[in-house]
Amino acid sequence: MADAPPMFEARDLARHFDVSRPLLQRMVAREGRRTLKAVDGISFDIPKGRTLSLVGESGCGKSTVARLAVGLYTPTAGSVRFDGRDLGAARASADQRRRMQMIFQDPYASLNPRWRVKNIVAEPIRAFGLVTTKAEEEMRVAELLTQVGLSPLDGDKFPHEFSGGQRQRISIARALSSNPEFLVCDEPTSALDVSVQAQILNLMKELQQRLGLTFLFISHNLAVVRQVSDRIGVMYLGRLAELAPAESLFRRPRHPYTRALMEAIPDLEMTGRDRIPVGGEVPSPITPPSGCAFHPRCPLAQDRCKRERPEMKSAGGAMVACHAVEEGRDDAMPMPAIARDAA
Amino acid sequence: MSNAAPLLEVRNLRVEFPTRRGTLVALDDVSFSISPGEVLGVVGESGAGKSMTGAAIIGLLEPPGRIAKGQILLDGRRIDNLRYEQMRRIRGKEIGAIFQDPLTTLNPLYTVGRQLTETMTTHLPIGPAEARRRAIEWLEMVGIPAAAQRIDSYPHEFSGGMRQRVVIALALCAEPRLIVADEPTTALDVSIQAQVIALLKRLAREKGTAMMLVTHDMGVIAETADRVAVMYAGRVAEIGPVREVVKHANHPYSAGLMASIPPLDRRVERLAQIDGAMPRLSAIPRGCAYNPRCPKVFSRCADERPDLLDAGTTRAACWLYALEAPHG
Ligand SMILES: Nc1ncnc2c1ncn2[C@@H]1O[C@H](COP(=O)(O)OP(=O)(O)OP(=O)(O)O)[C@@H](O)[C@H]1O
Ligand SMILES: Nc1ncnc2c1ncn2[C@@H]1O[C@H](COP(=O)(O)OP(=O)(O)OP(=O)(O)O)[C@@H](O)[C@H]1O
Ligand code: SF4
Ligand code: SF4
Ligand SMILES: [Mg+2]
Ligand SMILES: [Mg+2]
Repeated sequence: MADAPPMFEARDLARHFDVSRPLLQRMVAREGRRTLKAVDGISFDIPKGRTLSLVGESGCGKSTVARLAVGLYTPTAGSVRFDGRDLGAARASADQRRRMQMIFQDPYASLNPRWRVKNIVAEPIRAFGLVTTKAEEEMRVAELLTQVGLSPLDGDKFPHEFSGGQRQRISIARALSSNPEFLVCDEPTSALDVSVQAQILNLMKELQQRLGLTFLFISHNLAVVRQVSDRIGVMYLGRLAELAPAESLFRRPRHPYTRALMEAIPDLEMTGRDRIPVGGEVPSPITPPSGCAFHPRCPLAQDRCKRERPEMKSAGGAMVACHAVEEGRDDAMPMPAIARDAA
Repeated sequence: MSNAAPLLEVRNLRVEFPTRRGTLVALDDVSFSISPGEVLGVVGESGAGKSMTGAAIIGLLEPPGRIAKGQILLDGRRIDNLRYEQMRRIRGKEIGAIFQDPLTTLNPLYTVGRQLTETMTTHLPIGPAEARRRAIEWLEMVGIPAAAQRIDSYPHEFSGGMRQRVVIALALCAEPRLIVADEPTTALDVSIQAQVIALLKRLAREKGTAMMLVTHDMGVIAETADRVAVMYAGRVAEIGPVREVVKHANHPYSAGLMASIPPLDRRVERLAQIDGAMPRLSAIPRGCAYNPRCPKVFSRCADERPDLLDAGTTRAACWLYALEAPHG
């Protein structure tokens, strides 16, 4: 993994939002401005041709990282580098924009309802001048639609004539149309049935092997994440809790939050395995707990956890931000059932 | 559970879309029922007609789509032929809808709290102060952190999964007897998902709420549904108890679908997939619509269309289960 130079680097990346109430209400209630730290200092690399996935609770900042990664948000602090060049400094060049594409979480909001599908898919091809003739363009659009399991004849329709999953396939075809090298996929398959999902994931793997694509992948479905990832970052309240090679994360999760997350996975096999939601209250991102943000819910929390924010430190092959792991007392928390079963 | 009189009955439902190039049949001869307290899971290929079935039930088919045949009954009373105003009252009060697309349900110009309180004051005999108190409670129940602080936020200030939870709270807050939920947990992480599922199950158990649960997430189906309907190309391919359909599907399409579920306990080089794509509505094959992709296809499949047949543990629309069919 260390062999290839990183295609993508995030360094101490942060993005804060001002979520203050309107001035008048603030004056009445005598309260100040409020800041929500959606992403608060995270660092990771993705080598060329690899896939890094981000998992974590809803609202922990995954989509915000995705938007930062393709330059849709500017960082409040820190930097993102793509193929060695800083994205923040100047607006991304046309070539950079062609080389990185994003598949959005919400296939409804991301497709222009007034455009025919063929124009939606062809738009990046035109914008970046990737073909010279109309016939070439039509062929390319037909090929892309077929790749994602739609028919070339579907090109004449409008987005509202498609089901949710079909629309997501249109946005995947569009993202692939500019021949990107780096794809940010925010929940790309959660609107798809499992057989189309399998087709799309197989296609992604095949493109990766054939063309060396690099992926930043976001999904709530840990089974899907296991199939596609080389590395996995577990986020909690805007920060990374653990960053580890995919297989070791599933075989030996280290951070207490990672372990808790794995106990909450649905029991598809209907073995009767208990599904345990992560205990305690989901904390407010506006007033996050002191020290380690996970401490109010953590069975291993001690005084130090309330005072001192843990930094990422290497633990085995992984990077973990947890005092208990650092102090070697993480064995007090049992391994989740799915890791026990694998061992 | 199934001996109680059904709360919802869908009989031979057919939905058509007249277009310039001819009439498209989006749903054809769809029948099922749901009893009080029962959860019917609906799964199947993307584009199979799951959302359309839900939209027909709640009376929100998008024109030019229309019910061309069949009936929909709530508590024995037809609701497919009601006028818009009558249906609007039933929706919200008796049927709660959770849509696949949260943005169509939430008004971007109103705060989350206002949308919840207005829904409750419209449908329940309570005043604004009580409604606000309950709104905070509902937001807490669906797992919105710091609900009391965030109730006055606008939808765009929430993450994708948080918006989805607001939609769920909106559908539940008027305490309907039937919930039509289209991908309610897709945008949620596993922990919140577990919490929402537990809430829905509790409503079914304690209040006898019936639910049609459309989802691609087989884990959610396995945990929540009592029975499952598998749809393909506008029809019900198989229907039966959840364990039978998920673990021992009889219809070849259901079997292929279940085989495509990615395993959690190991990494595989290539996931099992069903090759090819579902037919377009304008080109549904003759006979069994699945026949061009079916590994078990035989001569009869290309000529005649199978209806739901008794397949022992489930009912399956497949000629393999006709008495005179050649087996093996
Ligand atoms: N434009 C914005 N204004 C204010 N707050 C925002 C904005 N965008 C995101 N947030 C907040 O930032 C936090 C992280 O949001 P984000 O969308 O990145 O979460 P996520 O991890 O993608 O969640 P999900 O799994 O639900 O999609 C949330 O608390 C959200 O409410
Ligand atoms: N306005 C419309 N005009 C024409 N066809 C439509 C229209 N809306 C939907 N369809 C078609 O009707 C079929 C059923 O769509 P529906 O949204 O019910 O699918 P679904 O099973 O919910 O799929 P998904 O799992 O992807 O959400 C699809 O083939 C779709 O292309
Ligand atoms: S730092 Fe402390 S509170 Fe945080 S995860 Fe580790 S043990 Fe738990
Ligand atoms: S009827 Fe024939 S083609 Fe259709 S599912 Fe059964 S065996 Fe396959
Ligand atoms: Mg998100
Ligand atoms: Mg749908």
